[in-house]
Amino acid sequence: MENGFSSPRNDSFPAGLRVLVVDDDPTWLKILEKMLKKCSYEVTTCGLARDALSLLRERKGGYDIVISDVYMPDMDGFKLLEHVGLEMDLPVIMMSVDGETSRVMKGVQHGACDYLLKPIRMKELRNIWQHVFRKKIHEVRDIEILEGIEFQMTRNGSDQYEDGHFLCGEDLTLIKKRKDIESRHDEKDIGDNSSSKKARVVWSVELHQKFVKAVNQIGFDKVGPKKILDLMNVPRLTRENVASHLQKYRLYLSRLQKENDFNNPVGMIKQSDSPSSDSNGNFGSQNSINLQDASNGCYGFSGSSLGVHNVDPRNHDGDRKRLVTAPVAEPKRGVTIDPPNPSKPRNSQMEFGHPLAPPQSEVNFARFDFSFPTKYPWCGVPETQLKQEHNPLHLNDGFSRQPMPGQKQLSRADHPQPAPAISSATSSTERQTGCPVKIKPSHNDYTSNANHASAVDSTPLQTKTNMTDHQAVQENQGLNMNCLADLESPRKNINLGTLPFATLDEDLQVCFVAGDYYMNLGLQNIEVQEYFDPGLLTGVPTHLDDGLRFDYEIYDPTEYSLIDQSLFI
Amino acid sequence: MERTQLRRQVALTRQSLFDQGFLDEQFIQLEDLQDDANPNFVEEVVTLYYRDSARLITNIEKALEKNSLDFNKLDGFMHQFKGSSSSIGAKKVKAECTLFREYCRAGNGEGCTRTFQQIKKEYATLKRKLEAYFQVVRQAGPAETACWPK
Repeated sequence: MENGFSSPRNDSFPAGLRVLVVDDDPTWLKILEKMLKKCSYEVTTCGLARDALSLLRERKGGYDIVISDVYMPDMDGFKLLEHVGLEMDLPVIMMSVDGETSRVMKGVQHGACDYLLKPIRMKELRNIWQHVFRKKIHEVRDIEILEGIEFQMTRNGSDQYEDGHFLCGEDLTLIKKRKDIESRHDEKDIGDNSSSKKARVVWSVELHQKFVKAVNQIGFDKVGPKKILDLMNVPRLTRENVASHLQKYRLYLSRLQKENDFNNPVGMIKQSDSPSSDSNGNFGSQNSINLQDASNGCYGFSGSSLGVHNVDPRNHDGDRKRLVTAPVAEPKRGVTIDPPNPSKPRNSQMEFGHPLAPPQSEVNFARFDFSFPTKYPWCGVPETQLKQEHNPLHLNDGFSRQPMPGQKQLSRADHPQPAPAISSATSSTERQTGCPVKIKPSHNDYTSNANHASAVDSTPLQTKTNMTDHQAVQENQGLNMNCLADLESPRKNINLGTLPFATLDEDLQVCFVAGDYYMNLGLQNIEVQEYFDPGLLTGVPTHLDDGLRFDYEIYDPTEYSLIDQSLFI
Repeated sequence: MERTQLRRQVALTRQSLFDQGFLDEQFIQLEDLQDDANPNFVEEVVTLYYRDSARLITNIEKALEKNSLDFNKLDGFMHQFKGSSSSIGAKKVKAECTLFREYCRAGNGEGCTRTFQQIKKEYATLKRKLEAYFQVVRQAGPAETACWPK
């Protein structure tokens, strides 16, 4: 597949859909290839998960969808699934001859968009384009949300941070008004996403808290937009706003479960971008920078903290946007936050400004940079750190979904439990491990990473390479920050996530640099899954942050507990 | 005309494979995939299957020879073998595989060994029948093979 070229599918979607098939069984590989070709798809086959990952990494945006077997000798299909989700944010379809509910559930938990049973029928393969399409649509939404946030950020600037609230009810009003002037005056559209820019409701922390409280009061099962709206009692908030927010919230929760790692309502929070004193500062500026850059997507977190990447990446436009959008809008934190734009060159409409159009590689690149830190949990943030952060981390989640470059491997699979933010602490560490894990093998082993934490500092961009595991692990906090910082909420919490990356080993750094897919780190070994040992991280001092811009402040769980709890039902 | 006879023979042989439960509808899927670009697709796939699965059979055999059986490993091998067998629609083979896996889960080594013998038998029988089938197909000519009444 070419890199970063515009999808040939643009004209005759879904014909030309670029599919990557991974299966250790040569007979099935041959059959699937023939079947997909008959569907007019462009097929690439891989007998090894390892090869598939490197192919995907080499050609960012070169594929639209991945179909993978669950049981493979060199790597567990679920691990591959995680990696792909984190690093490339492509839709992944799992397949197996084993159709036991538990297995299928595991697949869904890990982010598979579908689970096919062997023997597979042609007609099942014909429909896979739906997953690609759906993802694109979601991305657009995310971007829109991000735009809204971006708007806020630029508007409010540092003020927010001081207040500690990004958006209050009044701010919301102001912003809405302002947006109205710019765009249409259709109140109903506010908060709603569509391809065009509209005034949108930015879900501030407070607003979201109200929302969650209302949801909890009503009872998650019986919840409905109208009921929530009534309970919340926020002027100028429309039913549509609540409905779309509810949808995201639901996705977010299911993703949390899937992810196990701490679920930060990042997505949620971010929107509100609660400005934590320091982080905000960092992020704020960062964000705004990013945002501004990203015409469409507000990268916000795109890792401005990561430092360089975010801001600069203009070229990555596409990427950035995605990054931003990812965390914000979707609750689907687990997976790469970045909108899979790269995969879809077609996204031009997506606010990204069609970053996709540019070579995907570019985009991808951007993604990694940013994403990684924020990705938080996997970023390899040390477990210890995670605890704190998990709340703020969610921010990362939201944003950073992007697999940290280093992390690619998402060993996430390791993270168990979808536990809510609270538990995210642990999960985040796990996450982190996920991330760094990857790096580990390739670069240096983890242990070294941990130690490096301090060493990591060297990488200013931390985000870039740091992400790769070392940092993540170490700095959970920092990492979050990185990731998050850029994104929206300057919350400190975010630092948590980003930190880990920051501390990444020098080795890692290498990887990140420059748009390079952090994969360069050599993470290639997917095997990395190893769980990042938080113990290693503990060594990571916050000073790593030095390099990083964001504050690593340890996320104070109590501070966010309210939010977190509310976010987690 | 000989060609007609051959064609009839092909059709009959094919039908009996289905009737006797050797093949299931996956085989038909393979036939549907056969086209001008791949006129011998089905035969190629079957050949590939027998080549690749031979090594799986060897692995299982070796694993079964051990004094203490590693059921997880056995189950894993069988999972692969079953998946592979499902690709060509080897119905009877697949059924035995399922039985084998159940014995694995129950930790029944004796049941595993017995079932495995059965698997090998079905596997060899199917191979023989398919080889004979493809031979007739080739004799009947390419045109014939392309259109099967479904």
